[in-house]
Amino acid sequence: MTTMPEIDAGAPHAATVVSRTQESPSIFTLQLRLNDAAAQGSYRFAPGQFNMLYQFGVGEVAISIMSDPADRNTIGHTIRAVGRVTQGLAKLQPGDQVGLRGPFGRGWPLQEVGGRDIVLVLGGLGCAPVVSVIHYVLKRRERFGKLVIIQGVKHTEDLIWREQYNRWSKLPDTQVLVAADQGGALWPWHVGRVTDLFSLARFNPQRAAAMMCGPEGMMRAASESLLKQGMPESRLFLSMERNMQCAVGRCGHCQLGGSFVCRDGPVYSWNQVKDLLAHKGF
Amino acid sequence: MEAGFLPVEQMSSLVAALMAQGYACLGPALENGAIVMREITLPDSLPRGLQAELGPGHYRLTQDPLNRYFAWANGPQAIKPLAFAPKESLWRVERDATGVLQFAAVQASQSPQAVIGVRACDLAALALQDAHFLREGRCDAHYAQRRESLFLVAVQCAVPASTCFCASTGDGPTPIYGYDITLAELADGFVVKAGSAKGCAVLKVMDLAPATSDQIEAAEHQGEAAAASQSRSLPGSLSPSGGNLREALMSRLEHSRWDQVAARCLACGNCTAVCPTCFCHAETDTPSLDGQSSEHVRMWDSCYGESHGYLHGFNVRPDTRTRYRQWLTHKLATWHDQFGRSGCVGCGRCITWCPVGIDLTEEVAALTTGEAQA
Repeated sequence: MTTMPEIDAGAPHAATVVSRTQESPSIFTLQLRLNDAAAQGSYRFAPGQFNMLYQFGVGEVAISIMSDPADRNTIGHTIRAVGRVTQGLAKLQPGDQVGLRGPFGRGWPLQEVGGRDIVLVLGGLGCAPVVSVIHYVLKRRERFGKLVIIQGVKHTEDLIWREQYNRWSKLPDTQVLVAADQGGALWPWHVGRVTDLFSLARFNPQRAAAMMCGPEGMMRAASESLLKQGMPESRLFLSMERNMQCAVGRCGHCQLGGSFVCRDGPVYSWNQVKDLLAHKGF
Repeated sequence: MEAGFLPVEQMSSLVAALMAQGYACLGPALENGAIVMREITLPDSLPRGLQAELGPGHYRLTQDPLNRYFAWANGPQAIKPLAFAPKESLWRVERDATGVLQFAAVQASQSPQAVIGVRACDLAALALQDAHFLREGRCDAHYAQRRESLFLVAVQCAVPASTCFCASTGDGPTPIYGYDITLAELADGFVVKAGSAKGCAVLKVMDLAPATSDQIEAAEHQGEAAAASQSRSLPGSLSPSGGNLREALMSRLEHSRWDQVAARCLACGNCTAVCPTCFCHAETDTPSLDGQSSEHVRMWDSCYGESHGYLHGFNVRPDTRTRYRQWLTHKLATWHDQFGRSGCVGCGRCITWCPVGIDLTEEVAALTTGEAQA
């Protein structure tokens, strides 16, 4: 897995909101640029890593990076306004400032899965950490086999970036499968569970790798389904979420068994987490 | 350096030597009915005769009939708060009239402190805190600054409490590492050894007579007797059952005992507050009243609290059962993954300071006897 050098673990760096996009009633995207041009120029991350974003006077929150690692101008974060910090961040407009520390953690094993069919399983806003993988693969198409994007949402309005899904579905060697637990008007996709879609996915389990992000129950069900289809355990990767406050393996909140999700994750192989995923409360 | 002997009536000369070398001296003091470490201002003001009777959910001050200096077992806190501050500012940010943010790290600053009366369990715990906060490549500057300031005068525990079980974890009762000076208190004085260059420098000034072989032997016997007097234990590498608890506990994550202990546990977090190895801390922000600046502060946190497992709108550990299980399995099982040993040093504080007297050794015994359930 890829580990990139971090800015540092001390005080955040000031960053400016370059643009803001409302993706759904509660989901928005902030494109940020570090105020220090040299810091922005040397900022590097791997898809799957995250930053700590600081809202003045309120606090920090861990947000995965959704922009392309080759984009050196801005750092993108798609955020759901759900807690104190994210509700504050939701009110920001272009020109406003935040603090940024990062990137932290280990990202997706994109080098290791080169040449393979790529199966992406996304639940809810799980698309944010994985959308950077989609962009990454599409920009470097020749390095990978088939791309299968399997996305589950609870309600139809939770699916953001609809036009992108439509565009991706028309690309060669790319398959897009979407399911909503509850149907809605003008919903062109499946109504039901995301695992219903696995029988429709066209890929070779022997030469594929899967990356998934979303609710743990969904990731477990998806993993078991993929294993049943013959995918080796060593090529299943999950992005885990836990409470993160320090982001450097120190504050203790994100511990998952003996590992610190902020430092040893957030991306884990199935082997590393399967035992604890079987028990609620870790 | 060979062991020296400090006659009991010259105890103040050790404190005086430390003070002369610029250390503020902390020693045992009574506060709110418990023995804690506080600054002593005069070389001869170290108290004698302090003692306490400890049990599950029980702590009562008593008097040592022999009027010794260190016949007391550990109080609720000793050295953890001195290295890992219960609350401290990490950085601050100012916002100017145009909304520009300026961030600046807050540097910790601590003048040299000598702590007199540190126990072996707490030295073992400090080594674990060091492993966590001073990890290579990710050294915590605040912790490092405070840790560097400490001069540790250890004491052999001659009178362990009923809640102590350091012998079974291999961490006591006689200090063997991590100290600058260590003392073993005999009837007429102390067998004194240095464990560091700083310790040697202090002993050199004191110019002690060498300890006799009888005195050294008496100190060794005292340590052995103290270990033998401990009635509680954890299965560990030194105990007859051998091995460690990792597999035993991780194979019993759905054991019914977790429900039983959860019915008693108040999830108050006392055990995590007094545990010398617990390192969890919360980071919070305190904005100034004028709205122009804010401090980013860390303070001790507990895995028993509501906010510890909070994740965008739900809680990873919503009930006491999962929180107690998190604490116990981290301390005794997954700690091995992180630091290569158990996170329990046998100090027994979690037993003493639990308001309902939950005894971790009893819980472990209940969880690990019988077949694994799940």
